[in-house]
Formats: sequence, structure tokens, C-alpha cells
Amino acid sequence: MTTVNMTVNGKAVSGDVEGRTLLVEFLRGPLGLTGTHVGCDTSQCGACVVHVNGEAVKSCTMFAAEADGAEVATIEGMANADGSLSTIQQAFQDHHGLQCGFCTPGMVMSAAALLKDNPKPSEAEIRAYLEGNICRCTGYHNIVKAILAASGQDADAIAAE
Amino acid sequence: MYAFEIDRPTTLAAAVEAMGAEEAQALGGGQTLIPTLKQRLASPARLVSLAGIAELQGVCKDDAGRVCIGSATTHATVAKEAAGDYPALAALAGGIGDPAVRNRGTIGGSLANNDPAACYPSAALASGATIVTNTREIAADDFFDGMFTTALEEGEIITEVKFPVPEKANYQKFEQPASRFALTGVFVAKYADGVRVAVTGASEDGVFRWTEAEEALSANFSPDAVAGLSVSADDMIADLHGTKEYRAHLVNVLTRRAVAAA
Repeated sequence: MTTVNMTVNGKAVSGDVEGRTLLVEFLRGPLGLTGTHVGCDTSQCGACVVHVNGEAVKSCTMFAAEADGAEVATIEGMANADGSLSTIQQAFQDHHGLQCGFCTPGMVMSAAALLKDNPKPSEAEIRAYLEGNICRCTGYHNIVKAILAASGQDADAIAAE
Repeated sequence: MYAFEIDRPTTLAAAVEAMGAEEAQALGGGQTLIPTLKQRLASPARLVSLAGIAELQGVCKDDAGRVCIGSATTHATVAKEAAGDYPALAALAGGIGDPAVRNRGTIGGSLANNDPAACYPSAALASGATIVTNTREIAADDFFDGMFTTALEEGEIITEVKFPVPEKANYQKFEQPASRFALTGVFVAKYADGVRVAVTGASEDGVFRWTEAEEALSANFSPDAVAGLSVSADDMIADLHGTKEYRAHLVNVLTRRAVAAA
């Protein structure tokens, strides 16, 4: 076992982990942050996307020990300080960007990473960026709309289907 | 996963020392190795993470004009930082996996693993790159040694990859949409002394050079020059996504597209 220290959603945390403990296991287990989901556990689906030092990563495919000293952000840290939904989260609600909701934490974290680097992405750029986030309710269209809206663009600019 | 210890050295010297331990294995970004460990297809006693070693990071140019990439540099960083000097290489890096995978996966990890469908081996081979390790320099022509096999010795760590910059180049990837690996991929690079064509995703022996196309394209760099050529389907990969003949056909199609786009 090794002791890891990291900052998760602005709070300093520490814990003992095995070499093989995945970051997502550390987040969901000892830290109780179960908003980050494990979908496929093979780095395909993106339900487990979190930010490590500001970059989107699949937390099922990174060891907790590798995040020692890192700044980690999860879906639990996305809401505004007063508890209201962040712009991206509100846009997902407004545009019905989810059905069952299982993929949503990863979708929101990926959307936040995209908008940080590219504040006004085109529809094509959004779809390309979400390549590693799979939604099995086939909700992509409204997810793309939500991200367009969250970036301050006209969500209705894409064809309604 | 079976249990293992994990080391996080911060210098190359410490990493080389850690790799001397029994059943130690280097860990790049883990985007292939971690899924492999989950399937219990590998059982190292110790993983040596290379991600925290500053001297293995970054993209720069050497005095000979080569683009030099630290082995622990992520695909996302290569996509950004090599875009000016070697756009075809940057585009290849920017098409690997998906954005989150590109934020973790590294060039050194990809080359050391030598997955028969990985993108980077084709760029290294087509560019005549030099793979630098902690002990020596290995020409790409001598590095790839068949599926998942390389010239690396036990405990040897890739430190840097040096790419001569071509006059023109392009990579065409026919993507397997579920895995996001290349069902077949072709990298074409035109240098002053000739054209090199490297093919990934197609052969049972891993990445290879299509020398017949290289000769034709060196004489006439146009898609028509290879229109009448074909590679043998005998040693091609066959799986539920494509037959041997399908992959052999793709090699020609993608080569022509790469030449047209270069």
C-alpha cells in the first residue's frame, strides 16, 4: 500500500491505495464520490471521465497512485458554489441532454474540457470531441445541442430530429 | 488485475534502476497496458511509471532539423506541438483513440507496445525515425520486429524519438469505429532521396514498408503511380471486421489517398 495525496474538487484528500487501485475506485470507494460512473471499464465509453490537472482522462484507465499530487475534478465539483447547476449542467437539463443519465457525468466532464480549450466549438467539433463518450440511449443529438447552448451558441442551428 | 507495486520515479536514472527489479515493466500512459492488466494478460510484479519524468517530456527540433519527441509525451501534446513542424505526424497523433485517451497515451508507450493496428509505428517507419533509448539509438527499420515485438531489451526504456521532416507526408487511417484503432492505416512520406510507405493494421507481422509502392512513388509521386500495384493478401490479418483480401485492397486505396492528400 502507498499513501496518495491529491486535491479533489478543491479539497485536499489522502488515502492508502494498492498499486492496482484505479483512480475511479479511489474516487467512488474511499472518497464516496459515486457520481463518476464505471460503464465499460475498458476505456471505451467515457462514463468515468474526470479532469486531472485540467485535462479530461478516463479514470478507469489510470491508477490512483499516478494521481498523487494532482488536482482532480469530478462531476460533484461542477455545480456553482451556491449549489445551483453550472451552465453546462443547466444546458443538459434545458435541452434534455440525457435519458437514463448513466453517461451524463462523463459527457459533462468532456464538454467542460472541450469548452475550456475551444469556447465556441462547431457542431462537428463537438461530435468529434465526444468520440470517446458513448450514450446508449442514443441521446447524442440533444447532448450536442446542450453543449452548443452552453457555449452561448444557437442550439436550434442544428437540424431538429 | 493481479497485485503489483508501482514506482513513480522523477528521473530517467531512477527509472532505469527501478526497471532492474525482478519482473518490472515500464508504464507509459497505460491506455493499452491497464486494459491488458485487467484481462490478466500481463502480471508484472512492479510497474515503473514514466509519466512523472520531466526529461522524457516535450517536442523540439534538433540541429539536423529533426522533430524530437520525448517518449512520455502524450498524443494530445504531439498533436498540438508538432503541428507546425510536422503536420502529418501531428494529425496522426490527433486521431489516435479519443480526446481522453490522447491526454494519457504516449508515443513511447505506443512504439514499445507495437500493436499491429497502432498508428505511431507507421509514422516512425515511414519517416525513417530514430528511436533513442537509455542505452542506444535504434533505426525504425531495425526496431519493429513483428506483432507486439520490438528490438528493445529487457529493462530498456525509450527516451526520445527523432523524426526527419519530409517534404510532404500524409497518414490515412481507415478506422475501426469501436476500438478506434486502424483497421488499416498507411503513412506516406516524401523525402529528397525517395518516398517511404509504411502500413499498419494490415499484416500479421505488424507494421511493414510497401517497397514496391515506394519505388513507384519515388519515380512519380502521384496516386496513378500505384494504381496498378497490389500487396499480397497472404500474410494479412483476418478478423470479423475485414478479410485478408479486404485489408490488402485497403492498403492500395489508402496509399493513393495519402499521396493525393500529401
